[in-house]
Amino acid sequence: MAGLRFDLRDTPSDASALRAELRAFLAEAGASWSPKVRAYSWMGFDRDFSREVGKRGWIGMTWPRAYGGGERTAMERYVVLEEMLAAGAPVGAHWIGDRQSGPLILRLGTEEQRREFLPGIVRGELAFAIGLSEPDSGSDLASLRTRAEKVPGGWRINGRKVWTTNAHRCDFMIALLRTSPVTDPKLKHQGLSQFLVDLRLSGITIRPILDLAGEEGFNEITFDDVFVPDSMLVGEVGKGWEQATAELAFERAGPERYLSSLPLLIAALDDLCAEPNAPEAVGRLLARAGTLRQMSLSVAGMLQEGKTPAREAALVKDVGNDYEQALPEAVRDLLDPARTPPEVQEMLGITTMVARSYSLRGGTREILRGIIARQLGLR
Amino acid sequence: MSDTNDDLRAILLEQVERLLADRSGPDLLRAVERGEWPEALWAEAEALGLPLALAPEAMGGAGLGWEDAAAVWQVIGRHAAPLPLAESMAAAALLAAGGIAPPAGFIGLALPGEPVTWGRRAQNVAATAGDTVSLHAAGSLAWKQERNLIARVPADRAALDAPVATGTLPPGFGNEAALLAGALLHAALIAGALESVLAMTVEYANTRKQFGRPIGGFQAVQQLLAQAAGEVAAAGVAAANAGRAAARRGLAGAAFEIASAKVVAGEAAGRVAAIAHQVHAAIGFTDEHQLHLYTRRLWSWRDACGAERVWARRIGHAALARGGAALWPDLTAREEGNIPA
Repeated sequence: MAGLRFDLRDTPSDASALRAELRAFLAEAGASWSPKVRAYSWMGFDRDFSREVGKRGWIGMTWPRAYGGGERTAMERYVVLEEMLAAGAPVGAHWIGDRQSGPLILRLGTEEQRREFLPGIVRGELAFAIGLSEPDSGSDLASLRTRAEKVPGGWRINGRKVWTTNAHRCDFMIALLRTSPVTDPKLKHQGLSQFLVDLRLSGITIRPILDLAGEEGFNEITFDDVFVPDSMLVGEVGKGWEQATAELAFERAGPERYLSSLPLLIAALDDLCAEPNAPEAVGRLLARAGTLRQMSLSVAGMLQEGKTPAREAALVKDVGNDYEQALPEAVRDLLDPARTPPEVQEMLGITTMVARSYSLRGGTREILRGIIARQLGLR
Repeated sequence: MSDTNDDLRAILLEQVERLLADRSGPDLLRAVERGEWPEALWAEAEALGLPLALAPEAMGGAGLGWEDAAAVWQVIGRHAAPLPLAESMAAAALLAAGGIAPPAGFIGLALPGEPVTWGRRAQNVAATAGDTVSLHAAGSLAWKQERNLIARVPADRAALDAPVATGTLPPGFGNEAALLAGALLHAALIAGALESVLAMTVEYANTRKQFGRPIGGFQAVQQLLAQAAGEVAAAGVAAANAGRAAARRGLAGAAFEIASAKVVAGEAAGRVAAIAHQVHAAIGFTDEHQLHLYTRRLWSWRDACGAERVWARRIGHAALARGGAALWPDLTAREEGNIPA
């Protein structure tokens, strides 16, 4: 279809041992997770948990050993990701570093940066935040205005970033910043650069923002004459847009784009049995889950081959977001509150609230569909 | 039944694509809907050995597997299936699996409770009951000639008489082989037709101008078509995955994937057809335009061999019986060799 191909892939044939190991670990670690923790899934943040995951070699799995990585395949990594998500594990303290910051540093960082940052991510000790959205730059990301000015020995940052999940708990951010002013609005994609920013630097103020479910999930970060040395530039000056676009392919490509609410279905399934409509509704949900899993695996396979499946990832994210948002609505339709255990009700309630973020984070539905439409040849 | 390598499959798919691109089209589809048998096209398909392609070489076939079959059927669907080739291929596969050499000519596929597509022109009919596959001479049957209400394709009924031959299907085929093969077949046909409907609709949106520009330039239209593209991709992946699962584990072992494909493709059929007609507007509602040649088949195929509801219930009943703790392990175990009961 218009150049988009989704060839089927396999998870590794010997994945069952890895799965068994993961399930045993997650069963033990997850015994204490509240319904809220499971409902927040990969937006949850738990440094102790991430350190344990790191100890088992499940972060930076595909990276070179020289930087602490495991040199395992992307498909083995995929198995780890989907098991974590299905369990609703609070993976936020290592998720961003493993998914996009680490790969970005690996691909475009200096040797010094790789040695400085990657081993800490692998150990689950160095937490990364995304640094893209700004108060006036959401879907129109290239309009961002937070600037980095060249000063002797480094750069001086001024401006604001917002909606940065868990930034107040993280150690570093990879920020996309304007390094040369916009002279022509049509060329706003130029003059952007990416920097590694230590979130404890002086001049940085992080104000958590309560989300609609009452959690301090995201926040606003103010940069007031923050100095970062030259060594913190990632990639090339002025190439930030291209770099960030490639980063977004990683950000959008994973199984978290369709699995965010599956822990709810798993938790609620046994309470749906008596509902006459349950078989059909559950069947539709599972038919789509199995299909989305194959689509997601297909994108993971493209990443494994070193491709940048930005459009394929956008399409799978869009279909996946629809699915993970429809799931709590379908479950709600099937549950009788009078006969539903409180922990399942709590999970449904929180998932219902949190689900609105699925089609916003990582690119809104409308932006993704715009990307797909261009791929289809619509102008 | 082993699967061919990717190169061979690519050559075969190109052959089928070229045959249908050259010899089929709206005129032929309309002729079929008037009850005209596509004689010339069938002869060419037969000359290429397509009807027997799923039978082993020893029985005059090419030894293709279900994964290849699903891919071929998707190509046939792309051209709105002007001939009952997919059905005849599936019938030959079932007969061969039961040790019956499939005869030449068009073999109709008897599906439980459904009329036989183009039964009046079948030389033979294949049916399954439990693990038994049977071959029936079709010429002597008293066909009640009808046509599908929506697709307008001939769909005929006859009481099958004593079989010419019977055979026992291997265990991998389970107890409802024809139904599963038929569901896979229709999911693949839908996936193919959806590709064409999407392409046609994008083309129209880029050509039709209103307010001084192509309507495809409007975000409202772009959003609809992007949504349709997601459905088309999902249907394609679901059908291919079902074919692959059947090739690896037999039809019965692939029941979950086949059921999923029928659900996902069926849902996609309704949604994409709706979007295509909305974008085409009035011209797409006319008899003159070719869009309905595809969308009417989509609406018909999604009902064939069990609508979404039917297959979803099966999946759901099984999952509910297994319980929440088994949901994720079952979903992931399949291609790693641990198939849930």
